[in-house]
Amino acid sequence: MKTVVRPYGDTTGDGMTQVSFTLPLPHDKKAEGAALQLAAKMGLEPAMLVHAKQMGDGFTFFVIYGSVRHLVELDKVVVVERDFPLLTAKEVNTVVKQKMRRKLSVVGACIGTDAHTVGIDAILNLKGIAGEKGLEYYRELKVVNLGAQITVPELVAAAKAEKADAVLVSQVVTQRDAHLHNTREMSAAFREALPADKRPLLIVGGPRFDELMTDELGVDRIFGRGTTPREVASYLVHALITEKAERKKAVAA
Amino acid sequence: MSSNKLGLDPALVHRARALAAKAGRPVVDMAQSHTTVSVERAVLRLAGVTGADPDGIPWVNRLVDAVRNDVGLGHGVALPVFHALAEHGLEPTPAELTLLAQKAASGSVRFDLPTGKAVTAAKKASRRQVAAGIKQIDRNRADRDKMIKRYGDPKQRPWIYLIVATGDIYEDIPQAQAAARAGADVIAVIRSTGQSLLDYVPEGATREGFAGTYATQENFRLMRAALDESSRELGRYVRLTNYASGLCMPEIATLAGLQRLDMMLNDSMYGILFRDINPIRTFVDQRFSRQIHARAGIIINTGEDNYLTTADAVEAAHTVTVSQLLNEYFAHEAGLADWQLGLGHAFEINPELPESFRLELAHALLARELFPDAPLKWMPPTKHMTGDVFRGNLLDGFFNLVGALTGQGILLVGMMTEAVVTPWLSDRDIALQNVRYVLGAAGNLHEDFVPAPDGFIQRRAHQVLDEAIDLLEKIEDDTLLNAIADGTFGIMKRPAHRGKGLDGVAKHDDGYYNPATEILEAPAKEEQQ
Repeated sequence: MKTVVRPYGDTTGDGMTQVSFTLPLPHDKKAEGAALQLAAKMGLEPAMLVHAKQMGDGFTFFVIYGSVRHLVELDKVVVVERDFPLLTAKEVNTVVKQKMRRKLSVVGACIGTDAHTVGIDAILNLKGIAGEKGLEYYRELKVVNLGAQITVPELVAAAKAEKADAVLVSQVVTQRDAHLHNTREMSAAFREALPADKRPLLIVGGPRFDELMTDELGVDRIFGRGTTPREVASYLVHALITEKAERKKAVAA
Repeated sequence: MSSNKLGLDPALVHRARALAAKAGRPVVDMAQSHTTVSVERAVLRLAGVTGADPDGIPWVNRLVDAVRNDVGLGHGVALPVFHALAEHGLEPTPAELTLLAQKAASGSVRFDLPTGKAVTAAKKASRRQVAAGIKQIDRNRADRDKMIKRYGDPKQRPWIYLIVATGDIYEDIPQAQAAARAGADVIAVIRSTGQSLLDYVPEGATREGFAGTYATQENFRLMRAALDESSRELGRYVRLTNYASGLCMPEIATLAGLQRLDMMLNDSMYGILFRDINPIRTFVDQRFSRQIHARAGIIINTGEDNYLTTADAVEAAHTVTVSQLLNEYFAHEAGLADWQLGLGHAFEINPELPESFRLELAHALLARELFPDAPLKWMPPTKHMTGDVFRGNLLDGFFNLVGALTGQGILLVGMMTEAVVTPWLSDRDIALQNVRYVLGAAGNLHEDFVPAPDGFIQRRAHQVLDEAIDLLEKIEDDTLLNAIADGTFGIMKRPAHRGKGLDGVAKHDDGYYNPATEILEAPAKEEQQ
């Protein structure tokens, strides 16, 4: 397998890349030179300035095409790969029914001032997203969607009342890193309120999370853009049932 | 203006309106027999109470809370407050009212309900003071009319509506002025997320907000002054929009009137469905705020677009129509004229759906034909903006085209970076370029565009109207409050006894007095006689 790749325009290895940005300069020769200098510092060399347009008094928008000299080293790429099998709704229901012998309880919410329920609704609501039904559709899951602007204490109380196996939190608003603050506050509150063996699985999702930040945020799993309900359901089965059983087996052995 | 391009049956349209009125009437009756803490605070704001305690809690809150503790809210605050003023030898002026609030907050005033002659005196004094606030609103309306005469309205329809949202009013101002220069006719300052659930209006100029800037009287004043400057510079009156929604809806409407804002988001059900605010609280607050908007010459924008962000835009198209009809009924009842009804709808059909553009055209034209004299607020795609900014820009172009083809009044400019970042300077520039291209190339296409008789677009529009009538019939049987509780709109279930802010609602006692309502309802009554 190839270990080094470059961006592809129309010929293998041409490195062609397109970028656009605004500089706080009026549009003149010097501004165009400045844009090309920035492109060069970004590794685009040679670069073509294909579009420049002044906006208002002192700003110019540029579009630049150029060959980027950087190489992508595939062996150094780190991502969170899906480390659990993707199950169908039927398979999820069967495993939960056979192994848990009760409904798996899920509590979801948008916490803090975030009012964007699009994410949590896509995962939880029956309607789901992209033709995939949400977790409410799964017969063996008991889903409580608390909705928007839930405080952390409210969430903890609801998780206790529902004996939640997993808590799903969605965060869309990222201004001033609100999504990170809120998530840390949430995981800290659960750590404080419940002993480790009673604590539900903590899952956050949102378009701007870095999926590698689980430890830093004190949660079990982070789901990023494009996550589907089925992936979440499969992960729940994996983390709450399969992994637990394996751990038990390991201890017994 | 009514052209009947869709061949709608006037008898059906009439029936839809009659059903909306029947469904809405019990809600109006409820609004007329209840008050809320925010309605009473709005009355005090009209009477001139300003400022906040050292913790930032406004004096109107402190005063209303003190009155409520002593005598409850059922009689309104005007009588106990103006009675207490007289009892303590204070003059009925804004300054001494604020002084009374401070005394009340420190516990040195006890409120009682006046009896006998004292009732007449308190009524008279409160009415005079509140009338002064309403007079200020009237003056602002006259000033707006004068400025529109001097500087002119935008040359084109739809008006171009752009949002600023930095969180810092001093950053918002240059951004708003730059947006106006770039072609915006209406500037909306998005509020900080979470303000709708604050049960007080923050004070002063604010520089800290999340995904938006707090709505405060001082922020309103600063932004309106800046846009007056822009209007002078550009030779067209640039309008300012904010949000009369959430727990402080009546107060924010009042502040908008006092600071000459021009448009306000003011939906009849948005707070209930999307902020889980108690339905009764919302309807009571809404009626008062709409009466203020009517008086202030403010155009309201309703929020039907939001239903389509949760429900499917094709399946739920008729709920938009139903909500528009209800919003129209509530608006007319509160005294708003057709030109003040920026009824909302949106371009939110899944673009992967075959014929999605024709469906959008049918829905947009239906709204146009049902409400020929309302400006209509046309909202861009958000739900199906994926982060692919190139595709997003194309979708926004088609959205703009529907706006031009169906003669929408107010066009919220779609951003290709919707769902990616809060718009950058360049995003806004590209978006405006998109609007200008479409309006320049096809702005008058609505003159030529007539859907084929009994063609796809006509049939779809008829279907949506039929479904809307069916739903209105069900709502009428079941009552609107139950329909909301059952999740009819935006798939949100909101029972009447739940939700935030219910504890701030009170049923009128005998002898309830609200000088603002009395003044605001007076002209309508005189006209009827």
